[in-house]
Amino acid sequence: MKNNLNIVAYCSIKNHVVALNGIPLITKDHDLTFSEFSKEVYKELKMDYSKFFKMDDQCKLAILISEILFNHIKIDSKNKENIAIVLSNRSASLNTDRKYQETISNKENYYPSPAVFVYTLPNITIGEICIKHKIKGENVFFVSEAFNATLLKQYASCLFQNKKSKQILCGWIDFDDDQYQAFLYLVSEHGNRKFNQKSIKKIYNENIWMH
Amino acid sequence: MDALKQELKKNIIEQLNLEDFTVEDILDDDPLFGDGLGLDSIDALELIVLLDKDYGIKLTDPIEGKIVFKSIEVLANYITENRTK
Repeated sequence: MKNNLNIVAYCSIKNHVVALNGIPLITKDHDLTFSEFSKEVYKELKMDYSKFFKMDDQCKLAILISEILFNHIKIDSKNKENIAIVLSNRSASLNTDRKYQETISNKENYYPSPAVFVYTLPNITIGEICIKHKIKGENVFFVSEAFNATLLKQYASCLFQNKKSKQILCGWIDFDDDQYQAFLYLVSEHGNRKFNQKSIKKIYNENIWMH
Repeated sequence: MDALKQELKKNIIEQLNLEDFTVEDILDDDPLFGDGLGLDSIDALELIVLLDKDYGIKLTDPIEGKIVFKSIEVLANYITENRTK
């Protein structure tokens, strides 16, 4: 499937390091829990979004990485509104599913938490990015064993060719048991890095394994 | 009553993850929803769970909820009159 798409910019978060276009941007102490780490990155980004603290960890990860990417790429509100989002991960929403299960596992202490329950679907991660950045484009969340560059490339190309969107935010946002891995890239006709499986795999591997 | 109000403020901050607030920031007659603490519909459901879990009060009438969750002052009075634990 031929296209004129390019990778405009990419970002990763893993092992207490935030990197933008392959260059470490924020590095925090490895002893921090994800909760502590995410709070420090939030402060460092000077964000003012109190809803962040109500989110589950996977959504926090998604909000931080998308914030960094959109701080770097300036897109006017009209074009931003039409961005499509194609995300994937391995753990779906399992980490939060377990937390919710804890609230309903004891018949004598049965208090299902609505605030936890609302995060028991992986595509809520996309929803939180859309709310924060006022994005209304097409979206899909794939769950697969490992990062699948081919699938993401084909789906994004399809959206572009069918004129569903001119800009597509793609990536991998995975959180389970305080282990996290996020990799996000924006695709459009602009940018100078070719959008094909080889280049996606290359920047994914460089970013995810460099820390 | 004052101890209950303090307890409520502390629990609400913890349960609803209100990172930007401290107990001292919340006045007894501040509106919990809207311009006050800015709570949303999911927070309202969490407050219903909190009433049940901590004070044994089952709130089932949405209209009653609107009145009860007006402020810490109103909520504390309601709990004092209706608590079963």
